[in-house]
Amino acid sequence: MRIKVDPEICQGHNRCCALAPELFDTDDYGAAYALNDGAVPEELAEKARLAVDNCPEFAISILDESGGDD
Amino acid sequence: MKKSPPVADWATDYDILDPDYAKDPLPVWRDLRARCPIAHSDRWGGSWMPTRYEDMQAFVKMVPALSSKEPIVVPPVKAFDPELDQHGTDAPPITSDPPEQIPIRRLILPFFTPKAVAEHRPFTEALCARLIDGFIDQGSCDAAVQYAQEIPSRVIGHMLGIDPARNDEFVGWVRNVLEFGLSDPEIRVKYRRVIRGFFADMVAERRANPGDDLISQLLAKKLGGEPVTDGMVIGMCNLLLVAGIDTTWSSIGAALWHFSCHPGDRRRLAGEPELFPSAIEEMLRFYSPVTMARVATEEIQAGNVTFKPGDRVLMNFPAANHDPEIFDRPDEVILDRERNRHIAFGVGIHRCAGSNLARMEMDVALRAWFARIPEFELADPDAVTWAGGQVRGPRNLPVRFKAG
Repeated sequence: MRIKVDPEICQGHNRCCALAPELFDTDDYGAAYALNDGAVPEELAEKARLAVDNCPEFAISILDESGGDD
Repeated sequence: MKKSPPVADWATDYDILDPDYAKDPLPVWRDLRARCPIAHSDRWGGSWMPTRYEDMQAFVKMVPALSSKEPIVVPPVKAFDPELDQHGTDAPPITSDPPEQIPIRRLILPFFTPKAVAEHRPFTEALCARLIDGFIDQGSCDAAVQYAQEIPSRVIGHMLGIDPARNDEFVGWVRNVLEFGLSDPEIRVKYRRVIRGFFADMVAERRANPGDDLISQLLAKKLGGEPVTDGMVIGMCNLLLVAGIDTTWSSIGAALWHFSCHPGDRRRLAGEPELFPSAIEEMLRFYSPVTMARVATEEIQAGNVTFKPGDRVLMNFPAANHDPEIFDRPDEVILDRERNRHIAFGVGIHRCAGSNLARMEMDVALRAWFARIPEFELADPDAVTWAGGQVRGPRNLPVRFKAG
């Protein structure tokens, strides 16, 4: 799985960073970005989906889903 | 607060300061969402009130057609006091629209990232421990007055480098602006001036003797290549004080209210502390305290209603967070709710800049309380009071527990 935070849409709620600190971090202004170029190890796929589903700005997307959607 | 006549029909005559509405707004929101869904009222200067999540998401993106210049829905202070017209109510960047809003907001954002607010966690932990020490032996306290209220004011005071002895004073100023002043413009004008004057003195003092506090750091920044003006920093301090205190106080208080009268949830959280993060998000969703306003700068067709230029629109984020289109069983508290895309901190370009600070304070406050007072209940349900208007939360919350 690969994920992406759209920097034009993210407003820095940081829900993703709280839910999946292994996958997201923030810049100096609190804007989120995906770590490791958005690569999501299989064991963190559910956490990535949680981050997507909790983002109030709908700023996170799953780019390629290898392993079924929910 | 002034008495106003009872509401005949909430769809056409809602009253955001109605005491029963402040206590429990859910029935009104359910009703309006089903039959309006955008209500109107002539009260308090007139406003529109959307209630659906989808509408709120759409309206925040209408910038600057829906401007943030006047985020308080009651008539602005300047209508009563021309002297305050220039800068008196400025609280940048919350009262700014793009394009200015973006660089102004970037001045304050670095102080509120998760890493930046984590630095204030030890101070907050020590503060909560000290507050609990102050009442635990009595077996009772007012959890709103003696606990929730004390936390955000002292944390923001610490960040701004304000003398802790003045804490009670500035809590009073903020309540006079946002709570008592809502229905009484004279009070609001008076305390707007007090806050402005206080920060004007403080900014002058920090300009002369810079320290390592937030005000001194803001004064050292540049905006558009020029040093930030004193006026801008005074406005920002106004924002940090006014927006940072009774909002978080309301959230901590509402959570303690919930757990004091829902023993099942209280026992569950006490026994499963790993639920704190999702429980805090659920408290934020269920008891979202803040409703900001926008003012229309052009005609906007919004479903079956039309906003005219100058019309004010209440961004009812709390109502949106109970929309059954988005949330499963929206009017139930579910401590382990996994999918919770709530907008308690607003959404869009004005997302609460202090949201990470608020979350840190809620986390510390609730964990500290539950660690030492896992069992507690309302001492006198009739003595609980709720503030309404644009910041909703308990203002008196007498609870009892086992002493010591």
